[in-house]
Amino acid sequence: MIYLELFLTFLKIGALSFGGGYGMISLIREEVSSFGWLTEEELINFIAVSESTPGPIAVNMATFIGSSQGGILGAFIATLGVVLPSFIIILVIAAVLKNLLKYAGVKATLDGISPAITGLILGTAIIMLLGSVFGVKTTENTFLFDWKGLVILGVLTTIYLIYYKARKKAFSPILLIIISGAMGVLFYM
Amino acid sequence: MKKYLKLFLIMLKIGLFTFGGGYAMIALLEYEFVTKRKWINNDEFTDMVAIAESTPGPIAINSATYIGYKMGGVLGSLLCTIAVCIPSFIIIYLISLFFNAFIHIQWVTAAFRGIQICVIFLILSAGIKMLIKIKKTVFNIIVMVATIVCMILMSVFAVDFSSIFYILISGVLGLSIYLIKLLISKKKKGNGNDIS
Repeated sequence: MIYLELFLTFLKIGALSFGGGYGMISLIREEVSSFGWLTEEELINFIAVSESTPGPIAVNMATFIGSSQGGILGAFIATLGVVLPSFIIILVIAAVLKNLLKYAGVKATLDGISPAITGLILGTAIIMLLGSVFGVKTTENTFLFDWKGLVILGVLTTIYLIYYKARKKAFSPILLIIISGAMGVLFYM
Repeated sequence: MKKYLKLFLIMLKIGLFTFGGGYAMIALLEYEFVTKRKWINNDEFTDMVAIAESTPGPIAINSATYIGYKMGGVLGSLLCTIAVCIPSFIIIYLISLFFNAFIHIQWVTAAFRGIQICVIFLILSAGIKMLIKIKKTVFNIIVMVATIVCMILMSVFAVDFSSIFYILISGVLGLSIYLIKLLISKKKKGNGNDIS
């Protein structure tokens, strides 16, 4: 039953992902690949779409994956699943447990989680990088180095750092996506 | 009734105009609710952000639900949450209908090979930003390094190990260390009392 699978998977993602959109990616990546809903490449493509369209990344991903697996009803159910835990948890906190975050035990638990989230995001990025630039996916894969990918990465890093040094703020992610798309056309056509 | 409609429309607008996820939305929410309309004061807003960041789920949804409740109870929170999702839902649903055909156009495929690198760069830079911000305690460094190393090893050897476990284990670790410290400090106090 695809609808139930979608609902439960996104319920789990909504209930257990901390640290916003990027904190969710490691979990979404595992779930999506274990069900065979999207390939790694399709997932990364879609993260780019989520980043360049308005709205929360998590909702965008749920809608897209839901739609690709079960049409508009699938999209609706997956979105409902990812939003529901937030809605309930926040409602309970706002209405009843106003001081929840001030309890030392809760704070200690959340403080314990935060380095793991940082680790998960960095780990996901490194694994994706190994997979797409260096061609290492598992031990069985052959080593396929993509120097063009490395050049693109270098250009993006340079732009980002120079802009940050000059303006003290982050370069627009959408512009970075457009620049890398143009380089993609130039390099891979 | 008018208030609910207004709340709904503001959230719809915010959902439509925030690019780049939760943190971008927080800036817009602050402008609409604190600066422009003064419906929520600064302290309350700061509390809201702390709660939205540390509870699970999308930060945007967490903030919308919280503000909705503050402004109009359960109905308010329901309206705000739905409103903030509607634009995303419609836009992404429409994209999903055409995306597969679109991505197979030759130059689009090429462009997306470049864009994939950019996505990885964006994830990496989000991680590095968190790395810079986090307190460099022994606990944090150990958990972070252990998570990264484990993840890479699991991935290279194709072992299934869900991210959920990293989150649960580190949460339990954080709590246990706190409880042990509490126990030790109580014991010390207890001993002190015995002697006196």
